[in-house]
Amino acid sequence: MGGADIARPYVDAAGSTHPSLIDAAHLLDARFGVTNIPMVMWVDETGAMVRPPEAASPPAVGEAAERSSKMVGDGERREKYAERLRDWVTNGAASQYALEPEAVIARSQPRSRDESKAAAHFELAQHIWQQEGLSSRALVHFNAAHELQPTNITYKRQAYSALGVERSGDGEWGRFRQAPEAGEDWPFISDFNKDLVAHNPALAKKLGLG
Amino acid sequence: MLLERPDVSPAEFARLTGWEIKPEGACKDDACVPLGGQPFDVANTAERLGMALVQDDQVWALGPATLTGKVLTTTDTSDFALPDLDGNEFRLSSLQGQKVLVVAWAPY
Repeated sequence: MGGADIARPYVDAAGSTHPSLIDAAHLLDARFGVTNIPMVMWVDETGAMVRPPEAASPPAVGEAAERSSKMVGDGERREKYAERLRDWVTNGAASQYALEPEAVIARSQPRSRDESKAAAHFELAQHIWQQEGLSSRALVHFNAAHELQPTNITYKRQAYSALGVERSGDGEWGRFRQAPEAGEDWPFISDFNKDLVAHNPALAKKLGLG
Repeated sequence: MLLERPDVSPAEFARLTGWEIKPEGACKDDACVPLGGQPFDVANTAERLGMALVQDDQVWALGPATLTGKVLTTTDTSDFALPDLDGNEFRLSSLQGQKVLVVAWAPY
């Protein structure tokens, strides 16, 4: 779902000292193109973005995160990302990882008319869901958004979470995975398993999917 | 953004989208898009800015402009704001003078 009450226990558990902000309306997507999590963007001292939102995971901290990272096999990528970030912190604009404005804009997410339409459908879906729950009317708009912008994982996760199917009792991937059980009705045109098989068949195989 | 009716005024359109309606067209930052000399109309303006306009019953949703094919048209983040955990507005610009890492996450 979303909101401060959902996020607060995680923020407290992490002992965060940085600002923690709530983005129930997906403004980070509308404005900057955050279409999945974790995505990270870098902003310099003047308020100028020097890297657009991009998939980025910090080094895994904690036993469960370490196990998941090992399963996905992304430990090296996580470490490299942290090294690049440290390089920017030390060297600022001279860092090879800090991009010129033209490159930041060029590397930002695509936004075609289909993506604009997906955003409009998603906003209607959220509005209707808040008013009347996950009605057939809301589903039409969620599915339209998913179809028009299939790479927008936050549109999908928001919808799946509205169904309240954060799986448990299925290993460490149980909570992460959002997909129907065998024979279960599922009102969306996509689900976590289908997407994983399509986009990361090797990992899907490792998890016994596909 | 959501509209309760499709005939909003130019001032309301500007407030919602940041595109101001001027004699030369719809303008934002350095860009002005001609509106064909017609009186202001949301559907026409949306079409010319590449914004989707989707209706459901008595609600309309306007998607973002798509003139460049990219989400970002500027690297300036200074006007961006979100509520913090207590509901107070937090402006990204309040961190100017420091490097900022914006990390998006969710507790799925």
